[in-house]
Amino acid sequence: MALITVSGASLGYEGKPIVTDLNFEVNQGDYLCIVGENGSGKSTLMKTLLGQKNVVAGKIEFGDGLKQKEIGYLPQQTEVQKDFPASVKEIVFSGCLNGCGMRPFYSKEQKRRALDIMERLDITNLAKSCYRELSGGQQQRVLLARALCASKKLLVLDEPVAGLDPVVTKNLYKLITDINKEGVTVIMVSHDIHAAIEFASHILHIGNKPLFFGTKEDYKNSDGCHCFICDGGCDE
Amino acid sequence: MNIIETLTSYFSYPFVRYALIAGVLIALCAALLGVSLVLKRYSMIGDGLSHVAFGAMAIATVCSMAPMTVTLPITIVAAIILLGITGNAKIKGDAAIAMISVGALALGYLLLNIFSVSSNVSGDVCTTLFGSTSILTLSQTDVLLCVLLACVVLLVFILFYHKIFAVTFDEDFASATGTNAKAYNTLIAVVTAVVIVLAMNLVGALLISALIIFPALAAMRIFKNFFSVIISSAVIAVVCAVIGIIIAILYGTPVGSTIVAANIAVFILFMLVGKITKRS
Repeated sequence: MALITVSGASLGYEGKPIVTDLNFEVNQGDYLCIVGENGSGKSTLMKTLLGQKNVVAGKIEFGDGLKQKEIGYLPQQTEVQKDFPASVKEIVFSGCLNGCGMRPFYSKEQKRRALDIMERLDITNLAKSCYRELSGGQQQRVLLARALCASKKLLVLDEPVAGLDPVVTKNLYKLITDINKEGVTVIMVSHDIHAAIEFASHILHIGNKPLFFGTKEDYKNSDGCHCFICDGGCDE
Repeated sequence: MNIIETLTSYFSYPFVRYALIAGVLIALCAALLGVSLVLKRYSMIGDGLSHVAFGAMAIATVCSMAPMTVTLPITIVAAIILLGITGNAKIKGDAAIAMISVGALALGYLLLNIFSVSSNVSGDVCTTLFGSTSILTLSQTDVLLCVLLACVVLLVFILFYHKIFAVTFDEDFASATGTNAKAYNTLIAVVTAVVIVLAMNLVGALLISALIIFPALAAMRIFKNFFSVIISSAVIAVVCAVIGIIIAILYGTPVGSTIVAANIAVFILFMLVGKITKRS
């Protein structure tokens, strides 16, 4: 069974659907990129996948023993975080919280795992640094480490490269691709259609109607792809 | 020598010792919560809730009921509404706080005037708002209640420290990964309300905001991780409370304002130290 199966789902606010009749599935090890114009329902879809919103109609099912709280999430930066006094270690460790249950503190095992993940993402030397003083790329890696602490199965990334320079963007994409190759399923919401085509294995292009779902090879040959890329400036 | 003698003679009175114990405990609780509230952009909630508590106290006075039995539940309800309102409400957080706070203050004063129980309404109001002497008139039961509530606040803070951090730093992430953010926000709201109702006895309604924000803001000038900010803001609060009460006793100044003045001094000091250390 697929990790996530979305069948006939309508998503929206207060019963008013923005996206209707959405069908797709995500399998273990996939790298799905959700693209679409502003207001097309990308964030609504993401919030619904994360269980913060209910579907208006249809259903979303989790398979392969995936539980709601086993989703690692990389949200966009918030206003609060810009001057928040927190060390990198505190933030990464806070990703382990969903494994704590009623236990008030982190277990040794959780701490060790968090430190391993920090080592893997090359932020061990930043452990004691203050989060708000890091560069944008370093901050994203910290939040990525936190997301990995929350889940080794599925990562949901919300515009992970927003506001980063091209070099840092490229490195972050490479890091995400590597993590995906290590077996973590990735769902990324993005504006960056070119990166989506380059790195993702599957593409979901949503608009008022679900325009496209399939592998990136199919997507390159589809009509939706051409309009969306050309909206970005080229004239065909 | 003279000062020490004066202090010793004052501390031989139980009501002075009670004031010191209660003052330190309330300042400590307010400072602990303050870190989370300031970071969540709820600095004004102390102000807002203390006005609500003032309004509730007016109701209690008019109905001649024990103040605590009316203020505590009403303030808790107001806190839950205010902290929970930001999500998808039509009136946003800061406007809601301003509305409830001004409304409660006005209605409270109106009630006190219409159904005036004592002959000196403005004197009563002044006492409630600025807490002029009430901390020196605490009974043993009041102090015990203070100790009990302070223990509860400390316990909540120790047991839920990591959860409070997660909910303060990133509510979206916390709730998306299975932490019940709403429950912890409600917990913070309830504890805040309890601390504010308690603190009204000490510094009065108007100065509670200062107890909540100054230690946290001062600590954030220098320290750069959550744990040290929490610890240092607790230490700052306790030190300022002790210094403030001692100065108030020695020079006969109002207790609440003196404690706040001490907090302001520490804030300025920390700000300067923070600036200097950053440059070098």
